Amino acid sequence: MTEVLEVSGLKTHFFTHAGVVKAVDGVDFTVSKGEVMGLVGESGSGKSITGFSILGLIEPPGRIVDGSIRFNGDEIANAPEERLKTLRGNRISMIFQDPMMTLNPVLRVDTQMIEAILAHENVSRQTAWERSRDALGLVGIPSPEERLQAYPHQLSGGMRQRVAIATAFLNQPDLIIADEPTTALDVTIQAQIIHEAQKLTKRTGTAMIWITHDLAVVAGLADRISVMYAGRIVEQGGIDDVIDRPLHPYTVGLLGSVPTANRRGQRLFQIEGMTPNMLALPEGCAFGPRCQALTAACSKRPPIKDVDGRSLRCFNPQRTKETTL
Amino acid sequence: MTEPLVEIRGVSKRFTKRLDVAGKIAQRLGANIREETVHAVDNVNLSIQKGEVLGLVGESGCGKSTLGRVVAGIHPASDGQMFYGGKDVATLNGTDKRAATLAIQMIFQDPFASLNPRMRVEDIIGEAPRMHGIVSKAESAEYVDDVMRKVGLDPSLKRRYAHQFSGGQRQRIGIARALAVKPKFLVCDEAIAALDVSIQAQVINLFMDLREELGLTYLFISHDLSVVEHIADRVAIMYLGRIVESASTEEIFSDPRHPYTKALLAEAPRLDQRRRDFAPIEGEIPSPLDPPSGCTFHPRCPVATAECRTTVPELKAGRGGRETACLLEHAETV
Repeated sequence: MTEVLEVSGLKTHFFTHAGVVKAVDGVDFTVSKGEVMGLVGESGSGKSITGFSILGLIEPPGRIVDGSIRFNGDEIANAPEERLKTLRGNRISMIFQDPMMTLNPVLRVDTQMIEAILAHENVSRQTAWERSRDALGLVGIPSPEERLQAYPHQLSGGMRQRVAIATAFLNQPDLIIADEPTTALDVTIQAQIIHEAQKLTKRTGTAMIWITHDLAVVAGLADRISVMYAGRIVEQGGIDDVIDRPLHPYTVGLLGSVPTANRRGQRLFQIEGMTPNMLALPEGCAFGPRCQALTAACSKRPPIKDVDGRSLRCFNPQRTKETTL
Repeated sequence: MTEPLVEIRGVSKRFTKRLDVAGKIAQRLGANIREETVHAVDNVNLSIQKGEVLGLVGESGCGKSTLGRVVAGIHPASDGQMFYGGKDVATLNGTDKRAATLAIQMIFQDPFASLNPRMRVEDIIGEAPRMHGIVSKAESAEYVDDVMRKVGLDPSLKRRYAHQFSGGQRQRIGIARALAVKPKFLVCDEAIAALDVSIQAQVINLFMDLREELGLTYLFISHDLSVVEHIADRVAIMYLGRIVESASTEEIFSDPRHPYTKALLAEAPRLDQRRRDFAPIEGEIPSPLDPPSGCTFHPRCPVATAECRTTVPELKAGRGGRETACLLEHAETV
């Protein structure tokens, strides 16, 4: 498989008055052509900042302080703005949680979509319009000619997200970063959006990073999964391995706290404590204070190890029990 | 069967946007505008037994929150009656009315918006019981400590303001505020939707502990099927202001009958399904300003017939005694 994206040792820090927030602190992963990678974590874990870093969207006081991001073999971490502009919306696209972050509220849909094509390609307006129309049709928007003339506020939330997805796929990018694209949507609309994204990646062989807090969505969609906690990936591997046989105590806890049919009426497993304050992370393992398997070794930072075919940051892998779903 | 703790009969809630002066003049002059009415809740019957958890599930705009607010007494119903302990709440007076009002408390979705930012936690929790004479001023401090411990908050933090707490802790403050007036019945409106996964589990566990400890009854409103499946004894599914199916949790999840329930269940992502093909139903929820005729689900329904377009299905027992509002389900009993 060809690797579209290779991120290694990525560190994105924010230099605030209160101190340095290490939002992303040593993240490594790769995404291959046609692959869907689920990037899972709770709020503040650094999953969105990882996505923003790849596209060079980090603004002061934040900056990428270390590490490399190789896209199709080229280094793009801290690349000049000119270079990033030729990539964004062209080779790498992003879908945001709120489609109004992508769409300009005072421009018609056709203006925006045609602009996205003409910015990267030298084609006629007519060709660009036709491609936009076909793209809207592909994401299941009925009567796309009419919809092209609409302003974003005339569309429902689900429709807007479809337009955002159609726009992201316009130039057949090699990589799409989807940041919680269905979190604000209803169950039936969420299923429609996932269905469209799935169809398009299969059609075009586009690689996708799907950032979410929802493990169930990732389970149904992704090939591989990376679980983030406090700026680091704590466990990374094939979707079946990680969800059926989680090794990191945090992954074990997360999966245990999701209500499922087999645990109806029983107490859910709960991870004690709160999501950590990123300004005052403990020395050693960041999950230590909430961990049930804490040992003396955990006062040091756990390095990445290859365990059972996946990479893991933990001294005490939890092999004892298989999760029952 | 014993008398239900809370029962509503034929409750509707309509919101009307009245025309202002300019609108009225424009209308006189022949402009095509009129008063708009939203039927947020349309002729709903529900009964909840003591100690039971009733899950109310639906997508945004289906009226589930409005129904919750009507039950909690925040919105007056446009039509219909509500009974608490067998008595019509509208006919109660004086102490009886106050007792009924205090017995039903609500917990809101947004732990940021539902707490007064200018009040200390001890006042947020302590004000209502003091005002209602549940505790004297002298006992108040100790009472607040007690309630805080019950929901897993450290009483030493009671001098703080709401913004000094995390989202999960804030939701606990909201729960403590509701519990402080010793309610019998809690309406939880998307009470855990805004929380992180690991914090959600903590709050769900808290709800289950409180139910056991205090014998509470819940109306648990959520869009999240897996949470409702976990916590509820019975489930009612709502679509565009109407209940379309109601049954025990077991029955709903193992054998859904209404096409909308089936679609919801099929599309909810689950941990045990990998790399599945999502095959969603078409369309979106229609605007409640202009709902479709007949069965409101017919434009999206894969099995709709001509009759569904014209006849409004009632919620009644069909095949196997299961309550649905679906003409096809009803026809199969004949």
